[in-house]
Amino acid sequence: MSNPLRDMEHPDLIFCIGTNMTECHPVAATRLKKAIANGAKMIVADPREIQLAKMADLHLPIRVGSDVALLLAMAHVIAREGLIDQDFIDARTSGVGEFLEHLKEFTPEWASEICEVPAADLEKAGILYGQGTPSAIYYTLGITEHISGVDNVQSLCNLALMTGNLGLEGGGINPMRGQNNIQGAGDCGAVPANFPGFQPCDDPASARKFSKAYGIEIEAQKGITKVTALNQAASAEGGIHAMIIDGENTVISDPDMKHCEHALKSLDHLVVIDLFLTETAQLADVVFPATAFAETDGVQTNTERRVQRLRAAVPPPGEAKPDWWIISQIAQRIGTPGFEFESAKDVFNELCSLSPIYAGLDWDRIENSEYSWPVPDKDHPGTPRLHEKEFKNGRGLFKVIGYRDPAEVIDDEFPVWLTTGRRLESYHTRTQTGRSAGIDYLLSEESLEIHPADAEAWDMADGEIIRMSSRRGEIQIKIRTTDRSPQGTVFTSFSFASVPVNILTGSGYDPVTETAELKVCAVKLEKF
Amino acid sequence: MNQLAEEIRVGTLTLDGEPVDFREGETIYEVSERCRREVPTLCYDPRLEAFGACRLCVVEVEGIRNPVASCTTKATEGMVVRTRTKTLEKHRKTLLELVASENRDTKVDELSGYASQEMNDLLVRYDARTGRFGGKRSGTSNSKDKNPFILRDYDNCISCYRCVRVCAEQEGDHAINIMNRGFDTQIITEFNNDLRDSSCTFCGQCVQTCPTGALTDKKAIRAKDTPGEIKKTRSVCTYCGVGCSVDILTKGDRVVGIHPAMDGPANEGALCIKGQFAFDFVHHPDRLSKPLIKQEDGTFKEAEWDEALQKAADGFLKVREKYGNHAVYGVASGRAPHEAAYTMQKFIRAGFGTNYIDNCSRA
Repeated sequence: MSNPLRDMEHPDLIFCIGTNMTECHPVAATRLKKAIANGAKMIVADPREIQLAKMADLHLPIRVGSDVALLLAMAHVIAREGLIDQDFIDARTSGVGEFLEHLKEFTPEWASEICEVPAADLEKAGILYGQGTPSAIYYTLGITEHISGVDNVQSLCNLALMTGNLGLEGGGINPMRGQNNIQGAGDCGAVPANFPGFQPCDDPASARKFSKAYGIEIEAQKGITKVTALNQAASAEGGIHAMIIDGENTVISDPDMKHCEHALKSLDHLVVIDLFLTETAQLADVVFPATAFAETDGVQTNTERRVQRLRAAVPPPGEAKPDWWIISQIAQRIGTPGFEFESAKDVFNELCSLSPIYAGLDWDRIENSEYSWPVPDKDHPGTPRLHEKEFKNGRGLFKVIGYRDPAEVIDDEFPVWLTTGRRLESYHTRTQTGRSAGIDYLLSEESLEIHPADAEAWDMADGEIIRMSSRRGEIQIKIRTTDRSPQGTVFTSFSFASVPVNILTGSGYDPVTETAELKVCAVKLEKF
Repeated sequence: MNQLAEEIRVGTLTLDGEPVDFREGETIYEVSERCRREVPTLCYDPRLEAFGACRLCVVEVEGIRNPVASCTTKATEGMVVRTRTKTLEKHRKTLLELVASENRDTKVDELSGYASQEMNDLLVRYDARTGRFGGKRSGTSNSKDKNPFILRDYDNCISCYRCVRVCAEQEGDHAINIMNRGFDTQIITEFNNDLRDSSCTFCGQCVQTCPTGALTDKKAIRAKDTPGEIKKTRSVCTYCGVGCSVDILTKGDRVVGIHPAMDGPANEGALCIKGQFAFDFVHHPDRLSKPLIKQEDGTFKEAEWDEALQKAADGFLKVREKYGNHAVYGVASGRAPHEAAYTMQKFIRAGFGTNYIDNCSRA
């Protein structure tokens, strides 16, 4: 997030797109509710009538995967109505000329055809966002899990740049990070493009820095993503032959389950570290038992870049060990130096010594959760709000972006849109929530949400078990009729291993990030 | 405590004979709290709009004939306030005895909830009797609500409405409300249904603000008879990226409950159903407790650490020898802490000289 969580109580206009915040980030959503109670207006763009949509002044039930068209039309309206912030644009951005010229043809009427939302509502959305003082954007995986994920994010940046909604209390562009330490995993350099602290792998100076620190020549080029690695593992030519996976139930959470399973089974060697013998761990050659929440001393970074301490309260079961200890032991046994860590504190302090954004931090300084990175030195108070005076890379760049259809669109054979997501009571593949008493009382099984008119047209009854298939496979699922789903679009979560919806997904990947288009898939529904 | 910086000070009053500064909009109660006067309250929660219902926080203000509720009275320049006179203390004791006369069990287990001891602590502090005003009772226990998280024992309800107000003002769910008045007052959901059939999201905030244990954390209270002291350990919830601060409640080696941290920077006392109630996985019998090695028949056998670690390392060495450094890939967790992700990327970079490392953020 560009802005701190506390800023969520202060926007004048809230624009939520592709975020089911009351279910996925419920505590953050309470702040938006307070802002609304204090008079803030809210636009919600989401195909489904989620809880946020019911609270909104304007709900845009856009067709899945049509975000870029919506955002182009909003930008068009903002430019046409003179709602741009010329002082901000002049002082802090570049590329506005080409961008404004590009926008001219993308009218609300044009977007209305693609988004399947009335042009008047798109018009209203542009005006509301453009008039907000300030306007804040919140998004989650509904923006990024598309083949146009990067385009979607950059389109949001264009909106914020043209209206000067960056660096302000209650404004900004705010991705709500999903998993508890997904931000931290990136901070720590567990990505193929960056060393710790987002130092680029293809920058020779950074590669030299880490080669020196680690005592081995590290290649000065990006690695491959997990998506490519799994593709290589599954292919006949091979490429990837061994993997180590820590705390991820890849088989259930990743797209195109059959492909994923095949890839992992094709490996010569698979090591998994986890709390449970998950569907993924069952495919491993060696499985190590890890310590869990309440058993582990460590650090995690939240969605507002706040670096916080986890503390152990109870001993782990049996011989379970912290992940860092297990990985360090394997590293030592393959002869890698530099893994003589004796505590989580040792590991974290090494990270801080190599990461410019953590340079002012160490284990003792984060005791009270006071710092949001970047914290470049020990005298720095941290950075709760980014871009206040300047952008890290100089000027904010407008990007010229066009609309593209999703990787898969509905046709005669697969005539229904499927979109997937999460529910309040489940966390990911339920390895944790599914093993906690009481959760089943509220949510004991997965179901497919279908609009009642669709169910009637397709001769299906609430509670009926049907067959749902895509180009990649089929599953059986119970249907639940609800007008939360728009006609022609169905929804389910991927949390239940008994209803493995990711057998169906995986139609395409963003060309830049290789993030799967988990939010769009064409399916057909059949009665048994 | 008594003096404020010039830029936030808007005036000075006299508090129990001492000059004390106050801020814009500060109430007498807030000034008294800052100066550690320990003015008693039951309906007060610093996160909620002041309600002025319990009248325990009354103070004497010179020039005003009757004592005023300090939680709803703003501090003004030159005000002379007394927070603890003989008359006030007697008045508070009588009020407490009136409130407590209805309550069958004023002693409730600490595991009931974060604020559950407030009422009983005041009864002890004021040596207040519970049987002085016997007779009619209000509140009816809603024992039919079978939800597994929140016990609704309104026999202990004192109509402070903190639960109703926290649900509306903090959580924004408006799941519960007040029906009837006086002795017939009830806290109900829409149409008086179970919580599951209301807009309740089981965030637990009502439980944690209840000052009497009328609302009880059903999961925590399971450990009521477990021997041992309750210990609190500050940590962070691991159920999403918001990073809510929590206090993990333990007895011996067991996690018995979770309290939201009222001073947690991300959550300021709020939690959701997962963070509040979904902690049993920690001690679940399915937890792995020994390393496992796959045998030739495809089944796993439990192994000692040395054997398993060596087998894991040998597998990587063999693949490297046969296919080179670009045949090995690492996937870090988005749920494990930094130390896991950092060592994982170092394992790949320092071990194989590549950047063949990712985490679970692409799916």
